[in-house]
Amino acid sequence: MNILFLKKFPIAGGTILFLLFLLAALAPYISPHNPVEQNLTNTLLPPFWEKEGTMKHLLGTDNLGRDILSRLLYGSRVSLMVGFSAVFLSCLIGVWVGLLSGFLGRWVDSLVMRLTDVQLSMPYVLMAIAIIGALGPSTLNLIIVLAVCNWASYSRVIRGEVLSVKENEFVELAVVGGCRTGRILFLHILPNVVNTVIVLTTLDFGRMIIFEAALSFLGLGVQPPAPSWGNMLADGRAYLTIAWGLATFPGLAILFTVLATNLFGDWLRDILDPKRKKYMTGP
Amino acid sequence: MGKYIERRLFHSVFVVFGITLIIFLITNVIGDPVVLLLPPDATRADYELLRRELGLDRPLHTQYFIFLGNAVRGNFGKSFLFNKPCLSLVMEYLPATLELTVASMLIAVIVAIPLGIICAVKPYSILDRFGRVFGLLGQAAPGFWLGIMAILLFGVKLKWLPISGRGSFAQLVMPALTLGFFSMAAIMRLTRSSMLDVLNKDYIRTARIKGLPGKWIVLKHAFKNALIPVVTIVSLMLGRMLGGAVVTEIVFAWPGVGRLAVQAIYLRDFPLVQAVVFFNCIFFIGINLLVDILYIWIDPRITYEKKA
Repeated sequence: MNILFLKKFPIAGGTILFLLFLLAALAPYISPHNPVEQNLTNTLLPPFWEKEGTMKHLLGTDNLGRDILSRLLYGSRVSLMVGFSAVFLSCLIGVWVGLLSGFLGRWVDSLVMRLTDVQLSMPYVLMAIAIIGALGPSTLNLIIVLAVCNWASYSRVIRGEVLSVKENEFVELAVVGGCRTGRILFLHILPNVVNTVIVLTTLDFGRMIIFEAALSFLGLGVQPPAPSWGNMLADGRAYLTIAWGLATFPGLAILFTVLATNLFGDWLRDILDPKRKKYMTGP
Repeated sequence: MGKYIERRLFHSVFVVFGITLIIFLITNVIGDPVVLLLPPDATRADYELLRRELGLDRPLHTQYFIFLGNAVRGNFGKSFLFNKPCLSLVMEYLPATLELTVASMLIAVIVAIPLGIICAVKPYSILDRFGRVFGLLGQAAPGFWLGIMAILLFGVKLKWLPISGRGSFAQLVMPALTLGFFSMAAIMRLTRSSMLDVLNKDYIRTARIKGLPGKWIVLKHAFKNALIPVVTIVSLMLGRMLGGAVVTEIVFAWPGVGRLAVQAIYLRDFPLVQAVVFFNCIFFIGINLLVDILYIWIDPRITYEKKA
């Protein structure tokens, strides 16, 4: 029951996440091998603790003789970068739209809410598939797709927050005092919803990493030979019967990262946004 | 209530229009279907010819209305891949996806709700600790990876279950568990916290003081009131499953619409992609509509009078 133990030390999730970012940043210096270098004489080696494994390739090699540990380390850069960019972009779009919709109300609000309805009615993966099918698969397109498919949930939540914040007297005063809309949104309303934004983005980060992996797994995301946890899983699936490590390690990496992110997000929510606590997790 | 359903239906129709517009824009504006269809060595003349043949030289709004008119009648044209109308293809593959989704949701609900209730009734017990670890892990593990791991363990190592295809009950077990795992964890977590919330309410204390039996209180007084957020998450999860089914179907070679969509994308069969996305959306909207109506039944306090 070690995970619950971690929950008692709230900073654990954040620390693990920090270490992961550090590993990703240092990947070129700490990777034992070049992640795309093939060595066809050394294919499908098991991890070092198995009989045929060697210390030279700690987690073994894949079907093209590439070192799995190095690929995992480099893959973490892709996964974290894609997750981060996607969350940043969708949050940027979603928060702006939510602010405007909540503050301006009337037809802007109706329009935006109908738009989010449409957006939220489209199954995520299928929509991503349709867009990537049209744009062609690449890492950049993957980020765009993840952002475009995800802004609506931010808008919804932020709009709701804005609706309650704008009832405050300081907002009314600002309006009466003749502040421009941009100033009111930026200086008076945004600071009051920023905690929610931080919590949402953190919890979303893990989700984005899983989606990145899923789309890369389908061959619609990061393209080989660049390593990403998703396309490593896809490679590993083909060799399941002869090399169990190929599909196991990238998945563990995803699991570990997302778990750390979720723990960190839960902790952030508890301190920054106590209102929301009750419906999302147990005490 | 009739009025509310009416308004809600109108609203859904609006959303369907929005979806047709988005699907149309994705395929005809972001991407160029002609380029996707032509072989790489095609000439400019080939391009123009195909463009005219597909009606893509007309103004965009005209194209959209033609597309909309066809979509409303379920006509998405012929699939290039199968040379069959897309509608009949989707209908042919849809039962498999529905079977998978329904089975996954059933497993998820049957496991998650009792587990959530038990965890809430006996907080900090061993079962509760197990439930919470399961909740944390279930939301962190990518479903398709769990599927692959299940194949590795139950299919390759132990040889208990078949690893792909559809037909027998045994073939359904692993895909359904894989697809349902995330939802199971999410529903369990929410049931637990929602129940904990309700169990601390005054009326529960009153019921206890009155000397009502504990089981009765939990099921009749507490659970019914804890149900609303649970119904919400079940509906959300059902929508999510339609997306998750795509990857699960690929992992287990399950012959459903998700796998069909991915094949269509690989082979640039755009009418088919449009049809699959469209029908999935319709299905999803239908679920949401049902859930909203279900709320009124669960919680008579909800009247929707003020909500637009």
